[in-house]
Amino acid sequence: MTLAVSILPEQQLAALNATYRKAVARKRLRLLAGFAVFVAALVVASIGAEVNLRTLFTYFGNFVSYFDRILTLDSGQRVWTNFGEWFWGLHKWLKLLGETLLISYVGTLIGAVLAFGLNFLAAENTSPAPWLLFTVRRLLEFARTVPGIVFALIFVMAFGLGPVAGVLAIAIHSTGALGKLFSEIVENADMKPVEGIRSTGASWLSCMRFAILPQVSAGFASYALLRFEINVREASVMGFVGAGGIGQELIVAIRKFYYSDVSAILVTIIVTVFLIDITTGWVRGRLFGKEART
Amino acid sequence: MSRPQDVDTAELRARYPHVFNRPASSRLATPAMLAGALAIFVFGLVDLDFSPSRFISGLSQLGWISMMMMPPDPGSSLPLYLKALGETLSIALLGTTLAALLALPVSLFAARNIVPGIVRFPVRRFLDSIRGVDTLIWALVWINVVGLGPFAGVLAIAVSDFGAFGKLFSEAIESADQKQVEGIRASGGSALHEIRFGLMPQVLPVIAGQVLYFIESNTRSATIIGIVGAGGIGLQLAEQIRVLEWQKVSFLILMILVAVAAIDFISGKLRFAIIGRRAVA
Repeated sequence: MTLAVSILPEQQLAALNATYRKAVARKRLRLLAGFAVFVAALVVASIGAEVNLRTLFTYFGNFVSYFDRILTLDSGQRVWTNFGEWFWGLHKWLKLLGETLLISYVGTLIGAVLAFGLNFLAAENTSPAPWLLFTVRRLLEFARTVPGIVFALIFVMAFGLGPVAGVLAIAIHSTGALGKLFSEIVENADMKPVEGIRSTGASWLSCMRFAILPQVSAGFASYALLRFEINVREASVMGFVGAGGIGQELIVAIRKFYYSDVSAILVTIIVTVFLIDITTGWVRGRLFGKEART
Repeated sequence: MSRPQDVDTAELRARYPHVFNRPASSRLATPAMLAGALAIFVFGLVDLDFSPSRFISGLSQLGWISMMMMPPDPGSSLPLYLKALGETLSIALLGTTLAALLALPVSLFAARNIVPGIVRFPVRRFLDSIRGVDTLIWALVWINVVGLGPFAGVLAIAVSDFGAFGKLFSEAIESADQKQVEGIRASGGSALHEIRFGLMPQVLPVIAGQVLYFIESNTRSATIIGIVGAGGIGLQLAEQIRVLEWQKVSFLILMILVAVAAIDFISGKLRFAIIGRRAVA
């Protein structure tokens, strides 16, 4: 059998090989340097974060046994042998879960409405004035960057303990996040309908209503539903700072070492989050067809 | 050219009955949905105690607090806050790295093109349930295990991101091109060779981009886990809010904003360098 591959003469080959090796060596060096910088950053970070591997190894058993403990009833049996006792507070927890869902629903809706009002001002192609674009964008950025739970802490001081603070915190955070996503959809919208409407002498408001809105409403609704999903998770911890919902009950159970309650509440939260994910996924699929689901 | 009023609407109606004579159910669907959404909203407002008087007094209180926040002033505790900020950044960096290292091997077991469905399904559900629990809850659990402090924060972020990374990585692996893997197999490579030389070169840039993005978003998460006692700037923030030192609070919030913006900028640059402009956008 003849060899189909032609082999270059030695000299030419050596020159090519040398260039190749040099290129590879340069790439490797860069990778190595990057890696070294990264490792150095990690070392500095571990000192800063008081990482102590000894503690981890000593107490890692605790982590495993913690799950053992939260899955054991006071009587020493496994939790799943006696559902009635494991979920003894189910009635109370379901009520708090309902409150959590309402907090995220009302918060998402307020946030979505505010974001809807602001996003046309924050989109490059529709904003009526550059200074407005700049201000609204910074405002949304602020609302998005400050974590929701920080707003909740401050609102608890202003509005008192209870779900009102949680709703407002979620609303503000959602306004920031949705405002950005909405304005990105608007920026991707086709501008020809706007020109068409403007050429009939319509105002800015009618341009938005009749040219942009029909193109973007499906995307808006899809993102709002997605946000609702995220907010359910967020609302489940709002109670940690006293802003209503199931989190209050959970933090008490964790802090006071009511082990089996911890696992029961966690299970109810996880199941609820699953159900909400599935439902909103189904609704989004129904509303906008398969391609909008991603 | 005919003027608009010359249009024969009767003829149009006859020609397009599906536009003009839609059944009542489809015409009512949208208003009904809006009414339903509004009804739940109103019920929520009532159920959650949104009385107008409370709202207004809260707003005036909030206005008062905002006035008290001006101007932001750290007092004499600036070095303490800078240290706390460094702690927060360390928590984000270490937690994300740890999560990525742990998630990489596990994600192989959650990818359709590597393992059969019978392995994939339980691994996926396992990752889902980890993700279903919020970072703050993980922080509380770890505080019970390793005690108060930033180390608990690192572990909390590592665990909750482990769930997210496992899913994202396995999706990246599933969307990788199979031809290169087949090429390695054809030249006699083992299963590990296929992964190392067929999959990893395709998947690693995507993973690197995701890890950088998570470092960015974890800077935000790391600021809040301090609220439950897991170290970092959140601890200071929660304390100052509780003792009503509003000038310090606003200064701390400003510090967080600046730090997040800086990390955004750096990681944007890095992602750009690693995976190129097209993939970033």
